[in-house]
Amino acid sequence: MAIEIPSIPLGQWIEGGLDWLTSEYSMVTRGISQVTQTGIDGLNDALMWLPPWGLLLIIVGLCWWVANMRLAIGAAAGMALIWNLGLWDPMIETLTLVVIATLVAVVIALPVGIAAALSERLYRMIMPVLDFMQTMPAFVYLIPAIPFFGIGSVSAIFATVIFSMPPAIRFTTLGIRQVPGELIEAADAYGATRGQKLVKVQLPLSLPTVMAGINQTIMLALSMVVIAAMIGADGLGSEVWRAIQRLRPGDGFEAGIAVVILAMLLDRLTQSLRKQRKS
Amino acid sequence: MNEKRNVKIRVRNLSKVFGNNPKKALELRDQGLKRPEILDKTGQTLGLSNIDFDVYEGELLVIMGLSGSGKSTLIRCLNRLIEPTEGEIVIDGEDIPQLDDKALLECRRRHFSMVFQNFALFPHRTVQQNAEFGLEIRGVERAERAEIARKALKQVGLDGWEDAYPNQLSGGMQQRVGLARALANDSTVLLMDEAFSALDPLIRGDMQQELQELQSRMQKTTVFITHDLDEALNIADRIILLKDGEIVQIGTPEQILTHPADDYVKRFVEGVDMSKILTAEHAMRKVRAVAREGDGPRTTLRKMHEHNLDSIYVTRRDRTLMGLLEVDAAEQAAREGADTIGAAMTQDFRKVGPQEPLHNLFAMFSEKSFPIAVVDDDERLLGVVVKGAVLDQLARAAEENTTADADTETAAAGEQ
Repeated sequence: MAIEIPSIPLGQWIEGGLDWLTSEYSMVTRGISQVTQTGIDGLNDALMWLPPWGLLLIIVGLCWWVANMRLAIGAAAGMALIWNLGLWDPMIETLTLVVIATLVAVVIALPVGIAAALSERLYRMIMPVLDFMQTMPAFVYLIPAIPFFGIGSVSAIFATVIFSMPPAIRFTTLGIRQVPGELIEAADAYGATRGQKLVKVQLPLSLPTVMAGINQTIMLALSMVVIAAMIGADGLGSEVWRAIQRLRPGDGFEAGIAVVILAMLLDRLTQSLRKQRKS
Repeated sequence: MNEKRNVKIRVRNLSKVFGNNPKKALELRDQGLKRPEILDKTGQTLGLSNIDFDVYEGELLVIMGLSGSGKSTLIRCLNRLIEPTEGEIVIDGEDIPQLDDKALLECRRRHFSMVFQNFALFPHRTVQQNAEFGLEIRGVERAERAEIARKALKQVGLDGWEDAYPNQLSGGMQQRVGLARALANDSTVLLMDEAFSALDPLIRGDMQQELQELQSRMQKTTVFITHDLDEALNIADRIILLKDGEIVQIGTPEQILTHPADDYVKRFVEGVDMSKILTAEHAMRKVRAVAREGDGPRTTLRKMHEHNLDSIYVTRRDRTLMGLLEVDAAEQAAREGADTIGAAMTQDFRKVGPQEPLHNLFAMFSEKSFPIAVVDDDERLLGVVVKGAVLDQLARAAEENTTADADTETAAAGEQ
């Protein structure tokens, strides 16, 4: 005879908590929502205002400046292909979401990462939270985002920030902790305050590692922004999503290739930024 | 050496226990237990125990011991990079262990500059910026600190390298940057933690010499840590020998060599004691100038002045040694209008044959500070031995010897 063990109502508790948060903090969420939406629209409009060839030139120039000719040529070819496929506007929308999500994630991640590096207690508190944030299937973040911020880009940003932030925090912490003990000792021996130590020794020496973390954050943000099409985010993701619903593999692959091009471009660009810093 | 000297740092009853229950460990120590038993019973490591010593103003004090003797802990207790468990460290009237955080920063900035074994240069800063570090921390204005740092770099022979990064420099040059960083800071005390140990022997010798020159020029109070007796003998005004966190002996290099305090020191020194094989001939140097019996006092005085001598040996034309003339006696003879220096000479000096063992020369130095004359069987002057040269020779011999002895030494240390 099977004994009926009542299942723990974990899901109900979480829903209760989310409902409470939604109703209690609706003012806050609405405020955040408005600010974020303004940011998205502003950046989007600015990028759209430029003619495609103008933006293309800027991107190529940027690649040539921070990296090399090869990346510049690759970027030109990739961007031209996206333009040619008629995916320019969705690409801009995706880029906007990635840029804003990354900015927000980095702005939160840097101080948290620094604090975790300097305080052992905070470090032990934050690391499991980061594990949770990273291993939870990305789709799950989309669900609470909707009651908080409604369907659309703001929810996409919210979910993306949560999903993409952990590497930036982790790498910042790692970078600071990796600074050789003897250099910290030297700074101490000359009477440096904690602030001086941080600004003059720890941060500059951890910069390459921090940049690697930001690179990871950008990549994760891009993947999440695409998935966020499921909750109504614009961009290349919604092109893919539409192709799935209409069973048109050709369109799906075209949008997918555009995502790959954007990803490679962002990755190479931030990586060469990092290498430039190192040398 | 014997004049009364000002105490710069007074260390009394300094102890350091590594572990979470230092009280217990110190209690056991007071009951007469030693480091291994305390570790067995409490799991606490007695890093330093009841250390008493003074650092005099302007001296170069070497703290020497094998690894694990507590020397690195000791130097870090001075500026509290390691917190001492008990005891006082008084510098200019301030008891360092009692300082609060702010006063400690101030104290470190004013009193201590440190040079590290592995240089600890900041890789993201240029040589110039590294040298400026201490001043920058203290808030010295940009133009002023650039000027001071440039001077310091010049002092260590690095002018022209200001814009290089540390990884572009050889080990010896990197440590010069470390030294410049310390000198630029113009603190009252220089702490050197195995500063030359990571350098290869040739460069190490150069750096030792340069440090001595800098030190005698600037009279900077220096605490120098090393595991290398050769290095200690070479540069020290005084040596403190540490073993298992306790002081075994404090003394000048000569005292340590000639009167080792116990078997431990003796065993240490035995590696060095090649004096039985080395003779006066090895340490002898050519005579810079001699006087003739028939010379007038004024000629002789000028000669002495020219060669910067306090005393001069008097010989015949065939270099047969006749006597020694001190500068005072020469001046007196000149005042009295003597024709020659013959009457002003003294016979109160030491002469030895070239085969005289070096260790016999120590005792002679403690009486008079004249150079010892080395003469052949016919009393002809071959050369002189000055005090430093004896130690130099011993130290050099020790270096060759200790490489062979290193294994037995570490084995012995392991037993302790």
